[in-house]
Amino acid sequence: MTERDKILGRIREALTISAPPPGEHGPETHHLAGHPIQFAPRPAATNAREWLPKVGETFEDQVAQFRACSDDLKTEFIVAESLADLPKILGDLRDRERWKQAAAHRSDLTDAAVQALGLPTLTVDGGYDVRALERCDVGITTCDALVAQTGTLVVTSRSSGGRALSVLPPHHLVIARRDQLVADLPAAFELIQQRYGADYPSMISLVTGPSRTGDIERILVLGAHGPKKLTVVMI
Amino acid sequence: MTTEVQEFKTQATKVVGDLRHRKLIQTALGKYEVARDKRKGAFQSWSEARQVAAETKWDAINHLDEHLVSFADKLEARGTKVHWATTAAQARDIILGIIQAKNAKCIIKSKAMTAEEIHLNAAMEKAGFEVVESDLGEYIVQLRQEPPYHIVFPAMHLTRHDISDLFEKHLGSAKTDSPEELTMIARRALREKYITADVGITGANFAIAETGMVSITENEGNARLTSALPKTMISLLGIEKVLPRMADLALFLPMLATAGAGQPLTCYNTLYGGPRQPGESDGPEEYHVVLLDNRRTELLADPEQRDALHCIRCGACLNVCPIFKNVGGHTYGTTYSGPIGSVITPHLRGLQNWKHLSYSSSLCGACTEACPVKINLHHHLLQNRRNSVQKEADPQEKLIFKLFAWAMNSPGLYGAGKSVARWFGPLHRLVMGTFLDPAKAWTKTRDLPPIAETTFKEYWKNRQ
Ligand code: SF4
Repeated sequence: MTERDKILGRIREALTISAPPPGEHGPETHHLAGHPIQFAPRPAATNAREWLPKVGETFEDQVAQFRACSDDLKTEFIVAESLADLPKILGDLRDRERWKQAAAHRSDLTDAAVQALGLPTLTVDGGYDVRALERCDVGITTCDALVAQTGTLVVTSRSSGGRALSVLPPHHLVIARRDQLVADLPAAFELIQQRYGADYPSMISLVTGPSRTGDIERILVLGAHGPKKLTVVMI
Repeated sequence: MTTEVQEFKTQATKVVGDLRHRKLIQTALGKYEVARDKRKGAFQSWSEARQVAAETKWDAINHLDEHLVSFADKLEARGTKVHWATTAAQARDIILGIIQAKNAKCIIKSKAMTAEEIHLNAAMEKAGFEVVESDLGEYIVQLRQEPPYHIVFPAMHLTRHDISDLFEKHLGSAKTDSPEELTMIARRALREKYITADVGITGANFAIAETGMVSITENEGNARLTSALPKTMISLLGIEKVLPRMADLALFLPMLATAGAGQPLTCYNTLYGGPRQPGESDGPEEYHVVLLDNRRTELLADPEQRDALHCIRCGACLNVCPIFKNVGGHTYGTTYSGPIGSVITPHLRGLQNWKHLSYSSSLCGACTEACPVKINLHHHLLQNRRNSVQKEADPQEKLIFKLFAWAMNSPGLYGAGKSVARWFGPLHRLVMGTFLDPAKAWTKTRDLPPIAETTFKEYWKNRQ
């Protein structure tokens, strides 16, 4: 018998006695032990939206909420009218942050950004030198979705240039399209499941603000190990 | 008395009188409470969300076999090796086996309470590997050669000055009292480690049965890096971490962040479903998932306390516990401290040696109220007390309660006792708190109210 079979065997043995329904208070629940419980749990997956913080209905409301969350999180959120605005916006960013070297993955949006920046750029597709990536000032990626409810962006190892590009350089720059904004977390998971079916990327990450820590006297410090700055440009 | 109780008592006495400690914990937890209440208020209904979360975890744990099979099969179908460990020793051997086979030298770790539970670092260091904790708090306590103080905030018992001195000693950095600079010192020291480490080890917050994914929640980005750069990645998780569906996370992630740290969402919530896949630009070549039982199935077999396995390790019950706040995290002497630690440690490490934890509670129920998955914590403490007495009662205690019951049941004896007590009351006052005091254990830190001049019965008689 393998260890797997042994553990599963013990679990099945233990579960022959059913437990009282969850959230019951009071010590009187143990009389239920030994009887099958007629209890149908409500899954969080289908109910989450009813209890989570409310999100506005219209696109404008949702942009406003994403902005409010971004302000709280110290994410820089810029809305661009069109792709034509990128050179100006990114040029300003580059000069303000004194970027010398960028890193990016290939895609329509990131290609446009790389062109707009006009910096030497490391392309990560197909593999790269980790030390070279570590020396880059900014990692440029796309994302799968922006979540208005929490100011979150969804990146994956397939759509955002692997695992390290969005977290190793000190500044993470995300270029998104306006139709990528979704209302809430349930919508974000729905989108992930629809987009990938059973063929998921090996990493899916919900990123909510720049890296942070409160480990020293619970005082907030940005840029613990991941990016110190996060900029989202929505076109 | 077992050594565990003695240790607990000595430590508790020391920490309770430590005003510096008290101030630190109060400031930290005060900030936490404000933030948590604000976030809870943003939910349309926090109480309903808790109920749904509890029901979802109930489903996960009461069909644990099916969920685990699905989780493991899905992971293996996409190239992950899943290992099963009944004991801590087996889990250590599995992990040591993997890193030895890889000829690894340096191991980078992100936060994993299960690794603390099985004393993984010590085992790896003994086998000659360099092990580096990458979570800032964990890194700090590792340098101090201490276990984490709190399951979510490992270094909350230290001031910036303590940490500055520590970094000066170990890293040769200049003294500073800026938390920001201290964080940057650690950031620089650890960057090199991510790049050179051969193996990355992580814990996990959830195991998604439906899709075969490990979900890791963190703020710093250290787990993201740990799972991006080294060639081999290992995740160690308890079998109870299961959630049935991916979309359950839509509720669990914000609840974990809210209850745990007063955040709307933790900075990075990441799902890992395998090693680097074709077409991806980086990621580990090998991914190992180690599922740990370590007596969790024994807890599962107790239907009364099975819900203790619903725990998502948010730390909320520690943060509100008057005992935790006063005696501190290290006093417990356990991997999991606070109310949840007091409930599960007797199951994981033996009832008789750890039953004292069930008594280090005021039974105020603050933990049960705080728990986002509605674990019946304070009732479980009572049940542990009951179980320990049923299994092995202290003969002295048994005798005292027998006598007490006898006296209470015989009015004559009760009356006599009362008169004697009234006589002894003033005498007792004279020696109260000194070594002559027979009730010293009580009166040392508490008041003993004087016995009333007249009893209610006498009073009533006189009135009529
Ligand atoms: S018992 Fe509940 S409150 Fe305590 S750590 Fe676990 S989930 Fe959080």
